[in-house]
Amino acid sequence: MASYLKMPKLSDTMSEGTLVKWLKKPGDSVAVDEDIAEVETDKATMTMPSFEEGILHTIYVKEGETVALGAALALILSDGEEAPADADKAPGSEAKASAPAPDAPAAKTEASAASTAPATAPAPVASAPAVTSGRLKASPLARKIAKEKGVDLARLNGSGPGGRIVKKDVENAPVGGGGGSLGLLPPAMAKPDRSVPLTGMRRVIAARLLESKTTIPHFYLNIEIDTEALMNLREQVNAASTANGGPKYTVNDFIMRATVLATGSVPEVNGSFQGDSILYHGETHLSVAVAIEDGLVTPVIRSAQSKSIKDLAAELKDLAVRARDKKLTPNEMTGGTITISNLGAFGIGNFDAIINPPQAAILSIGTITKQPVVNAQNQIVPGQRMWIGMSCDHRVIDGAVGAKFLSELKRFLETPVLLVS
Amino acid sequence: MASYDLIVIGGGPAGYVGAIRAAQLGKKVACIENDRAGGTCLNWGCIPTKALLKNAEMYTTLKHKADEFGLSFDNLNYDWSKVIGRSRQVSDKLAGGIEFLFKKNKIDYLRGTGSLVGSSPSGGNQVSVTDAEGKTETHDAKNILLATGCKARDLPFLKFDGQRVLNARDAMTLPEQPKEMLIIGAGAIGVEFAYFYNAFGTKVTIVEMMDHLLPVEDTDVSITLEKSFKKQGINFLLTTKTTAAAVTDGGVELTVEPAKGGESVVLKGDVCLVAVGVGAILPGGAEKLELTDRGYVKTNDRYQTNLPGVSAAGDLIGPPWLAHVASFEAIHAVESMFDPKHKSKKVEIFPGCTYCHPEVASVGLTERACKEKGIAVKIGKFPFQASGRALAAGEPEGFVKLIYGEKYGELLGAHIIGAEATELIAEMGLAITLEATYEELESTIHAHPTLSEAIHEATSDAYGHAIHI
Repeated sequence: MASYLKMPKLSDTMSEGTLVKWLKKPGDSVAVDEDIAEVETDKATMTMPSFEEGILHTIYVKEGETVALGAALALILSDGEEAPADADKAPGSEAKASAPAPDAPAAKTEASAASTAPATAPAPVASAPAVTSGRLKASPLARKIAKEKGVDLARLNGSGPGGRIVKKDVENAPVGGGGGSLGLLPPAMAKPDRSVPLTGMRRVIAARLLESKTTIPHFYLNIEIDTEALMNLREQVNAASTANGGPKYTVNDFIMRATVLATGSVPEVNGSFQGDSILYHGETHLSVAVAIEDGLVTPVIRSAQSKSIKDLAAELKDLAVRARDKKLTPNEMTGGTITISNLGAFGIGNFDAIINPPQAAILSIGTITKQPVVNAQNQIVPGQRMWIGMSCDHRVIDGAVGAKFLSELKRFLETPVLLVS
Repeated sequence: MASYDLIVIGGGPAGYVGAIRAAQLGKKVACIENDRAGGTCLNWGCIPTKALLKNAEMYTTLKHKADEFGLSFDNLNYDWSKVIGRSRQVSDKLAGGIEFLFKKNKIDYLRGTGSLVGSSPSGGNQVSVTDAEGKTETHDAKNILLATGCKARDLPFLKFDGQRVLNARDAMTLPEQPKEMLIIGAGAIGVEFAYFYNAFGTKVTIVEMMDHLLPVEDTDVSITLEKSFKKQGINFLLTTKTTAAAVTDGGVELTVEPAKGGESVVLKGDVCLVAVGVGAILPGGAEKLELTDRGYVKTNDRYQTNLPGVSAAGDLIGPPWLAHVASFEAIHAVESMFDPKHKSKKVEIFPGCTYCHPEVASVGLTERACKEKGIAVKIGKFPFQASGRALAAGEPEGFVKLIYGEKYGELLGAHIIGAEATELIAEMGLAITLEATYEELESTIHAHPTLSEAIHEATSDAYGHAIHI
């Protein structure tokens, strides 16, 4: 019998999905579990299997459109079945007057209606506004001058007949990229403002972090770590590992291990505020923030307490690669109990992070710097230092608890042999 | 009393074109004309002179080239009144055409003299029209376009009398052909009449202050024209100023001397054509109109005068005094008037044509101007002597000279002297407007055999790869 293919909930936090690509077209037959479309959720782009068997009859959501969970995406008929009279309309499309177009699904959200490009040319991200499709109208002279001066014609508005770019426009245009003569800085390029519709991921980042920062009573601690021993150990470990063809370990790999161990020492930080109770997690599922092309994700290393540095390093590497390819499954991005965010590679000294709910703590790792330090003999000597910050949900973690956790973390990092033993 | 969105004063190439454009925009329009629709261009300028010049060309061909083409006949003659008559018929026909266009576009054509009256009680302006019988009507106009044009200027010591001292209008309707004609001024008007009268056997002498015939043209063109005129038997005194004149019963005597000083000479002729320039015709009630220091109506980029609701276009806002420029200005004036977003353009690039034989046409910068502006150029030149089509037509005189910017190869100027030069220039105007470079010109196939091949070859010559020279 006729059934509607609906936008499924593909991740815990998903409230809507973008139909990236149809893998079947009307008239194609589909089997149960056969991939029928690619859907972008707040976390990843993934293929969506069909839950029905039959013939794909009508598609309600065009590629590039974003719709709410449960919205009808397509009509699937069993073999030989006649289409219902109202097959061209998505179910419920009349009930909700806010549907923007007769052929659009009813549950389409307002935000997506505004941000979705014209249906014939879905463009998930707007490119530079001056670039229009088709031929760029510019005079031969304007093209030559632009080439010599390094002006990007696509950024100009033409003042000639029919908007054609003429000599005057190029001469008055800012230089785009290189081309300045020796000793002269090219003038700064005046880029036009551009409006970029939110991706699913960006929308979730916005919603979740706003909720976190405004509803969780954050407080912040930070502690300075002497990393000299850690760096020495890492050097030895890497020398030994690479000699056997093994991987090189990053500082972050050691920090992950130290975090897991410190969480074991102070399990009170490994909790979630639940309204009328606090849930203390029996295992440490470690979330690690990974920056990707247009946002960030926090893949989870599960049961991290039972994993060695080698395991943690390998698992993170795999997760990070797949995160950048947007190939993570929702399951791999949910269920963490504490998060590490490391901006050391960017030279950040220290910073405060926003808690990743429903967790109660997030660590913010700074860079390692060489600096003069006072040693046990009261001498000023060259040393290495790193700041680690901790943002805590005060409903779960009190100041002393957080401090205890950080001092444990410091102990593990400054006695790094504990991390590998 | 009627009320209009626009009243245009003047029915020449600015006035009638502006009126039609406004009508196309759905406006209620009247056009006032005190002579004949079509203005100077159609009645007393471009068109009737071109008719006369065609007569001159035919007569010259038959008289001087018949043998070359293997033709022979006896008693070649002409009827002066028919020569003049044909020219007038052409103008009459075209003037009727403009009146038809007014009707077609539902424009009220008001015969009479228009004057600015002042502001109307209803907020706009008022214009009065006084007809030939002296009857005056006043109309409301939300907008006024002044397009009254220019008239020939005479000299303080040589006032137009229509008999001996002539302006162009007189010179094209002389009832009898003069034996000797003096012409002051070697601009387009002076040169065209010199060619015309000389062709029919009048002894012509041109007096010009500057050092060349057609002094605004590229110097190479002027020099070639001077050689041609000399061969045709036209006298000309360059770098020579007229210091005094006497009109006698027998004709006109001009006292001329070298511009830099020297001995004066007296020239005698039956008539003298004074072609030294034009001055603006201002409508009545224009006392408050702001003028330039040369006496033309001052307009801003949107062709608005200093008076609210009053715009101006055409000859009366200053040079170049060309019909095609006037029409361009009128269209921009009218569109600026009714569309605040209209991007108004002032005239920058325009072709200039002189219809003597050989014809002269140009657009853009001369070599001289490029030098003055310090623009590095590449110049290509192709003589019609090497053009198959020109030789076949028996027109080997002249050349195409093209000036390209050295750095980017854009066409800066085109200067053509020779047969059909005035038709050939259109391609060059388009090339400059489109900011074409030599590559576009060179990669455009020009049909063989045509005179336009000379354009292609001149382009190639600028870059050292012309085939036929």
